[in-house]
Amino acid sequence: MARITAGIGASHVPLIGRAIDTGDTKSDYWKPLFDGFEYTRKWIADEKPDVIFLVYNDHATAFSLDMVPTFAIGCAEEFQPADEGFGPRPVPTVEGAPDLAWHVAQSVIQQDFDLTIVNKMDVDHGLTVPLSLMYGQPEKWPVKVIPFAVNVVVYPVPNGRRCYNLGKAIRNAVQSFDEDLNVQVWGTGGMSHQLQGPRAGLINQEWDKRFLDRLADKPEELANIPHIEYIRETGSEGIEMVMWLIMRGALGNNVKELHRHYHVPASNTAVGHIVLKSQS
Amino acid sequence: MALDKPYADVPGTTIFDSEMARKGYHLNQFCMSLMKQENRDRFHADERGYLSEWPMSEDQKQAVLGRDYNGMLALGGNIYFLAKIFSSDGKSFQYAASLMTGMSEDDYKAMMVSGGRTPDGNRYIGEKK
Repeated sequence: MARITAGIGASHVPLIGRAIDTGDTKSDYWKPLFDGFEYTRKWIADEKPDVIFLVYNDHATAFSLDMVPTFAIGCAEEFQPADEGFGPRPVPTVEGAPDLAWHVAQSVIQQDFDLTIVNKMDVDHGLTVPLSLMYGQPEKWPVKVIPFAVNVVVYPVPNGRRCYNLGKAIRNAVQSFDEDLNVQVWGTGGMSHQLQGPRAGLINQEWDKRFLDRLADKPEELANIPHIEYIRETGSEGIEMVMWLIMRGALGNNVKELHRHYHVPASNTAVGHIVLKSQS
Repeated sequence: MALDKPYADVPGTTIFDSEMARKGYHLNQFCMSLMKQENRDRFHADERGYLSEWPMSEDQKQAVLGRDYNGMLALGGNIYFLAKIFSSDGKSFQYAASLMTGMSEDDYKAMMVSGGRTPDGNRYIGEKK
């Protein structure tokens, strides 16, 4: 049977991808950020997951205002890195896991979450930056990926409770898949940041750290946080943190925190990172 | 019944809700067209002419031509769509953010490196620090 063994939370700031792509990870500005991922790079090389269920948001790349799916699951054989306006990132094509993706779609929809099934989609920095953070610059990604895009751009966006419960449904779905697979769920985006308007640059380190403190053992408290608290306390783009709750919901009741890192800033953003091992 | 907008009293912030998404539909779709190099080239060769192909309001067109990002936000632009404009200009997100705050790019960068803008005094319109 397939198993969800661990979860990773990580920010997905585009400039992090640029620092990797241009070999700038050792500079004074970037080194403290990248040092915090060293643990995870070694850990994941030992863990060797077969599939990453990668929760991220599309940044007006694959989805314009033509269509705005709340939850979209990528069921394709492969996904190309997107041209976001200045050419695609020089990273490998992302190989999908269509059998598992279709199984999850069927199971989760029957658990009352209406997913949009996507068979053609380019993936932007939201998905490729976390892969680069964990795997560096390989010629081919050593893992298959199920892209799971959450709308956190056009309101109304899903609330934390719904995301947390969706994670639980994803866990049920993966555990009922017959193939023996080691699956990790990643929640990406965040932490506090605001990219727009006169309040741009807002960072709330105290709030972010309390979020990280509670992620392993008090996810119910985090699931109760309303949209307005994310906006007011963590900036308009801090709402991306609801995606971490999908990851947390997918890990089951008992988890162990293996690693944590927090750094300000990457460009406009507070970078958070956590590794959680599923115990149940 | 009107939708509840609890975020209306957050200072310096425009939430891209259903009202803004309707208002900014054509502005944002114009931005999406800049994802293609040939469109970027055509836009930069004749900005006014390119904008005339889109059913946007004159205010929206003026805001684009003047690279008035706060103006575009108020007229229904969403920052991830507007990013296609400043990216095609060869400008970074940090540049655009500094412009919207009225700070120089260097001052804005320095603020971020020293921990960012504090939430204290920035949660509610009129909040005391």
